Amino acid sequence: MILLDRVTKSYGRSNSPALDRISLHVEPKEFVIVVGQSGAGKTTLLRLLTREERQTSGKIIVGGVDYDKLRDKDIPLLRRKIGVVFQDFKLLPNKNVFENVAFALEIVGMGNHEIRHTVPRVLDIVNLKGKEKNMPMELSGGERQRVAIARAIVRQPKILIADEPTGNLDPKHAWDVIRVLEKINRYGTTVLLTTHNQEIVNRLKRRVVTIKGGKIASDRASADYKI
Amino acid sequence: MKHRFITFTRIVRTGAYNFARNTWLAMAAMAVMVVTLTIILFSLVTSATFNHTVAQIANKINISIYLNDSVTDKQRDDLVSQLRALPEVKGVSYVSKDQALAEYKAANAGNKDLLTAIDETGNPLPASIQVSPVDPGKIDQIQKVLNQPATTQLEDPQAGTSYSGDRKAAIDKIAHATDILKRVGVIAVLIFALISMLIIFNTIQMAIFNRRDELTIMRLLGASTWYIRGPFVVESVFYGILSALISIVLINTLFVVASSGLKASSLGLLDINYANTYFRSNFWWLLTMQLGVGIVIGAASSVIATRRYLKFKSPK
Repeated sequence: MILLDRVTKSYGRSNSPALDRISLHVEPKEFVIVVGQSGAGKTTLLRLLTREERQTSGKIIVGGVDYDKLRDKDIPLLRRKIGVVFQDFKLLPNKNVFENVAFALEIVGMGNHEIRHTVPRVLDIVNLKGKEKNMPMELSGGERQRVAIARAIVRQPKILIADEPTGNLDPKHAWDVIRVLEKINRYGTTVLLTTHNQEIVNRLKRRVVTIKGGKIASDRASADYKI
Repeated sequence: MKHRFITFTRIVRTGAYNFARNTWLAMAAMAVMVVTLTIILFSLVTSATFNHTVAQIANKINISIYLNDSVTDKQRDDLVSQLRALPEVKGVSYVSKDQALAEYKAANAGNKDLLTAIDETGNPLPASIQVSPVDPGKIDQIQKVLNQPATTQLEDPQAGTSYSGDRKAAIDKIAHATDILKRVGVIAVLIFALISMLIIFNTIQMAIFNRRDELTIMRLLGASTWYIRGPFVVESVFYGILSALISIVLINTLFVVASSGLKASSLGLLDINYANTYFRSNFWWLLTMQLGVGIVIGAASSVIATRRYLKFKSPK
């Protein structure tokens, strides 16, 4: 599903590269946690996958798409196949919960009737039924992040990328979000999660990839994690 | 196809919403656009009016050759057919002594003393040949025919030939004014169109800056370039339409006030009544043209303004 082959990303020439010859293979329906300290290169890795950045060298293939052959005008099509969740939610503040989720469907030209049918089902999956009319400002952090997840999965992507989705949340809300991610993974979506949270890593018992100084330090099927 | 229609509808709706939200912000842009469109409209109407005035006066210009009483019918017919053969001549007509007298009497019907005096002297008016040229500025060949001895000996020595000199001067003056007006109009239109495009750039870039978070999110969710750009283009097209309507109303008001309020039939050389009639009878054409120009200015400037901001950043 995700294949990285000796991928390097450097900003400028003098600095050491943010990612240094990283190779990683993620199977379909896998749940992979990427851990590492700030500046280790986690975010750079995700930005390469969403094509916000371009690798300096190496090969990236996601869902059968070779990023070297991807033209600028096809980037929107690629992003429609990948769901992304951010630490700072990135919700539209002047749209309510329903409209925020519907927005992802409007972009791809889905009809209003179908949107009215689809959005409530997805809000049900992330346990936000009844909050359709609320504005983002009226929600707690955990609820906002679940709106963001609903928006990311409403187009049924094969891959969900979550960049520190619990980074701004207290432990209780963090777990609400993680449980939703597990649920989505059970439905068949490949999930790539980055986190700092040791407790989450230890309790999830999933594959853990550790990045350190732009390189993969360890890649274990199920591991205890220590910073 | 259905997807495209839905997307198009959404783009237009978002654009209309943003237009309603930003109208006050866009006042400067629209003000300049109104000035531009008003200048275009005003120059169009005035140049049509001047052309009309020139044509009308030019139509009345002709050359009169007054004949002496001894000219025979044959001599007269020869001269007429000789003049008719010239390419510079539009028409030739003959006015006999009796016709000239009748016309003179009709023109002076109120002056009893004059009419009595004319009757007492017999008919002192000469017969004449009226030549109307195609272009009052080009009469060289006509003059050549008139100046040859065979012709001059037919002429009435007292009356000679009349070239309607005053009218010709008036025509030259108006034609000159029209020419200047056209040039000034074109330059003014170009300058103001450029200024209004720059101000629309600025307005759109401000709107992009205000909504940059929203645009980033749209980008990350996979919105296509036109899905993001479309609403901005729609918004500026609305500015264009509104400005075109305002300029039409402005010009309309100007003519209504000038032709009825001031009770003037002309502003300087401008025949305001004709301008008014022209504006009214070509109203739909002028309106369409104004809308077209407004829409093009709006669309072009917003497409250029959004281009820079909507590029995919793919630094190597």
